[in-house]
Amino acid sequence: MADSRDEPLVLGIETSCDETGVGIVRGTTLLADAVASSVDEHARFGGVVPEVASRAHLEAMVPTIERALKEAGVSARDLDGIAVTAGPGLAGALLVGVSAAKAYAYALGKPLYGVNHLASHICVDQLEHGALPEPTMALLVSGGHSSLLLSSDITSDVRPMGATIDDAAGEAFDKIARVLNLGFPGGPVIDRYAREGDPNAIAFPRGLTGPRDPAYDFSFSGLKTAVARWIEAKRAAGEEVPVRDVSASFQEAVVDVLTRKAVRACKDEGVDHLMIGGGVAANSRLRALAQERCEAAGIRLRVPRPKLCTDNGAMVAALGAEMVARGRPASSWDLSADSSLPVTDPHVPGHHHDHVHEVSKENLYS
Amino acid sequence: MLLLALDTATPAVTVALHDGTDVIASSSQVDARRHGELLLPAVDRVLAEADVKLDAVTGIVVGIGPGPYTGLRVGLMTADTFGLVLGVPVHGVCTLDGLAYAADIEKGPFVVATDARRKEVYWARYADSRTRLTDPAVDRPADIADQVAGLPAVGAGALLYPDTFPGVHEPEHVSAAALAALAAERLAAGEELPAPRPLYLRRPDAQVPKNYKVVTPK
Ligand SMILES: [Zn+2]
Repeated sequence: MADSRDEPLVLGIETSCDETGVGIVRGTTLLADAVASSVDEHARFGGVVPEVASRAHLEAMVPTIERALKEAGVSARDLDGIAVTAGPGLAGALLVGVSAAKAYAYALGKPLYGVNHLASHICVDQLEHGALPEPTMALLVSGGHSSLLLSSDITSDVRPMGATIDDAAGEAFDKIARVLNLGFPGGPVIDRYAREGDPNAIAFPRGLTGPRDPAYDFSFSGLKTAVARWIEAKRAAGEEVPVRDVSASFQEAVVDVLTRKAVRACKDEGVDHLMIGGGVAANSRLRALAQERCEAAGIRLRVPRPKLCTDNGAMVAALGAEMVARGRPASSWDLSADSSLPVTDPHVPGHHHDHVHEVSKENLYS
Repeated sequence: MLLLALDTATPAVTVALHDGTDVIASSSQVDARRHGELLLPAVDRVLAEADVKLDAVTGIVVGIGPGPYTGLRVGLMTADTFGLVLGVPVHGVCTLDGLAYAADIEKGPFVVATDARRKEVYWARYADSRTRLTDPAVDRPADIADQVAGLPAVGAGALLYPDTFPGVHEPEHVSAAALAALAAERLAAGEELPAPRPLYLRRPDAQVPKNYKVVTPK
């Protein structure tokens, strides 16, 4: 094996939502994962307020970069590249990260890689379980997204198999937790109550699982309404709401559909690996059921530790390092934040990158 | 002294290099929607034109607004990050002060007004090109008509509302060259410049878009 110091040392910046993340990796080795979150500032509004998130990113960026460098014990001069989430995400929030990454790369004379947030969620697993198998099927589930993606090369080929047509899976957890007065965030608390409940107590609907429904798309809005109605009916009848059984049955409906469709996609495409990422990947029942169904189908399951599943800079650095390792073209200095960057674009290559980066390399340390 | 100045608080994306005596290179583009794309290439162009490398810069000067937030942050984030890597001070300058300075009016009073969108202007009153009399504010033109009546007005915000600002004075847009010259003058005089913190002047719109992360109080 090559000396690990030959592997690319990359700093990654993530600002697509409410976490200001700066991570540093060397190849597939995690060196630092610094995150500053503005989540508490959004709580009273009931959701992420874009302008509040953007203001917080500007405040947090420089200290978070400094923290990551210290944690990694490396010098910025030794970096081989700077990666940044170019999209998808909140436009104003993305722009803060992109501006910081461009200025950082330019001032250091390093190449810049604008990368895709979703591809980063997949690539982060390299920091946990080593090189991604090719192809990999990925199920990404969080408060912001729910998609099933197939990648034969995370730097160049990500194919959308399916996605939610309404709410994200994590959103459904948060909303049901709110109806049950369990507070925020909904995922962990529902997971906890569900462990003491009966997942078969109430037959909640499984969205988009009919014979004529799209095989890999998801829908959680009908489930959400059904659960809320069931709870309201109990309350209206003056009966106590069985929180544990409701949590377990609701959670079962979500993870049943997610794992069923993910395993089916693997089988249909002849893929023997499934990775699960995003904040909802921390759900214990999702992990257990996915493990069970993958084993039965002869599929290897890979799920990173929870801190790597939620939004962070390490995942961006991981994908950036892979871009460097595979010699993908860097982005240009006019890289823009693209709030709806298609999932099929793992990164945003520059149109005249050779020229631009010759200029940048000369800039400081020629 | 070699100052790199930039301002993205208004539709102008503007960059200049100042050696303490003169502006040695500059670039200004007016495009309200592409601050993020235009700024870094402009910095690169200005440095190349002056045949200077970024690490020769001894200080960064940045327009702190007031201005529409998304664009404003591009300049501030860029300035902060340059400051971090280069280890040089980052000085803030009120964007309206840059316009007042460029207007070169020795005897006021006069007003500077930029477009705050939503039918409002960012504005301040000046005694002369170097002396601001009021804190920057954001208001509807009609609501400040009394306070600006009869005064010459500088800036694109004044051009937009001729009923409130009948006597418009050049320039329309802020330039980093003026910002840099003003900063150089103040630094040479031993004055402290404000920290590079944004002048938002408005609270964030507390609107949560659909399909974004739900957050409820703990
Ligand atoms: Zn995410």
